[in-house]
Amino acid sequence: MSEEVKVFGFWCSPFSRRVELALKLKGVQYEYIEEDVFKNKSPLLLKYNPVHKKIPVLLHNGKPIAESLVILEYIEETWKANPILPEDPYEKAMVRFWTKFADEKCLPALWKAGWSPENEREKAVDEACECLKTLESALKGKRFFGGETVGLVDIAANFIAFWLRLIQEATGQELLSAEKFPDLFKWTDEFGSCSVVKESLPPRDKLLAFFKARVAEAMDAQTNASK
Amino acid sequence: MGEENKVILHGMWASPFSKRVELALRLKGVPFEYKEEDLRNKSSQLLHYNPVYKKVTVLVHNGRPIAESSLIILEYIDETWKNSLQLLPEDPYKRAKVRFWTSFIEQQLFQTMITVIKTDGEAQEKAIKEVLEKLEMLEEGMKEFFPDRNPSIDSENLGLLDLVFFSSFGLHKVREEVLGIQIIDPEKTPLLFSWVKAINQLPLVKELTPPHDKLVAFLKFIRECSQVFFNLV
Repeated sequence: MSEEVKVFGFWCSPFSRRVELALKLKGVQYEYIEEDVFKNKSPLLLKYNPVHKKIPVLLHNGKPIAESLVILEYIEETWKANPILPEDPYEKAMVRFWTKFADEKCLPALWKAGWSPENEREKAVDEACECLKTLESALKGKRFFGGETVGLVDIAANFIAFWLRLIQEATGQELLSAEKFPDLFKWTDEFGSCSVVKESLPPRDKLLAFFKARVAEAMDAQTNASK
Repeated sequence: MGEENKVILHGMWASPFSKRVELALRLKGVPFEYKEEDLRNKSSQLLHYNPVYKKVTVLVHNGRPIAESSLIILEYIDETWKNSLQLLPEDPYKRAKVRFWTSFIEQQLFQTMITVIKTDGEAQEKAIKEVLEKLEMLEEGMKEFFPDRNPSIDSENLGLLDLVFFSSFGLHKVREEVLGIQIIDPEKTPLLFSWVKAINQLPLVKELTPPHDKLVAFLKFIRECSQVFFNLV
């Protein structure tokens, strides 16, 4: 029986890359459809995600699922190879806890710290570092959050492993350093060196250029604002 | 017997999050001990169990705590006590739909509702508009779940979506009274209106719902010190 699996995504979105990573980890073949999210979302996307009108959307045999974490749980329940969640209900609850923490607390805090204006920066950076420290404690010296293999928390924290480093390079700000967060920093290398992960990351130079352009835009906006 | 299979719920009588967990445990017939937490003076046990968020609503099973969020706790309960009442459907696609909408209610709708409760004037008006728009989106989305537009709810078939919707909007009449606005309008969102009414009529739900006057008084109180309350539950 042939299965039809499609992913609607955007090349630089960590959210759609999460979905691609999970599918690749499980050896699921899929068709990728790039959406022009800033200028021209396709009618199909709007049909499949009428509530949020966002990527990623997973389409499985014609049935759409939206919201990256909901999609990841669906992928786990549908394709059993290389599980990303433990069997035990308590361990599962712990994984979901950290996934939620990474997604709802860390990401927004890091994003804010990366782009906040001068006067708000120190506070934003402090909050972001608090989040990183807490997340690091979940690693407990393991190779991945998932133990010996990549799990749901690792996938959800993909932003930290890759996007964050490039934002740091573009803004000149260092949030995640080997000195301050040795375990977490080591994890970013471990995670980033997995071949499956590498295949599901955006091109480095293109993403760096994208962030540098945003930095320039933000600086222009600030300069204009103070004129 | 000791610690084996011991379940403790740390909760707060007016918190929708701990209420939904309480309801789930009762529906599943899981014996548990309930510990009421004083928000101004949280027990050292609670802080030990929930060091990351320091919030109430912690389930402790066999000495192991699960905190934040109540959705994670509810899925844990569903997976641990597998009996005739399953909170989530078996089919992965149906589960994804439930998770999508519970996430929508929790993150989009309820958060905006909190803003309505916490604010006044223009900020509140803006938030009210947003809540009403999102409730209409929920109304649309729920048509798939209740194709005959008539939610027939009983204690045997309550699910995660019912629990989350109920705990977020079950007490809409209390809020409508205190805030002077209509939240769940029987004309604009008839499905949501009949859904919440059906759940509110269940004997178990009536038993676990605090008296109307107490809730009204409490809502008025937290509007005074709103910043604090919603960071604690």
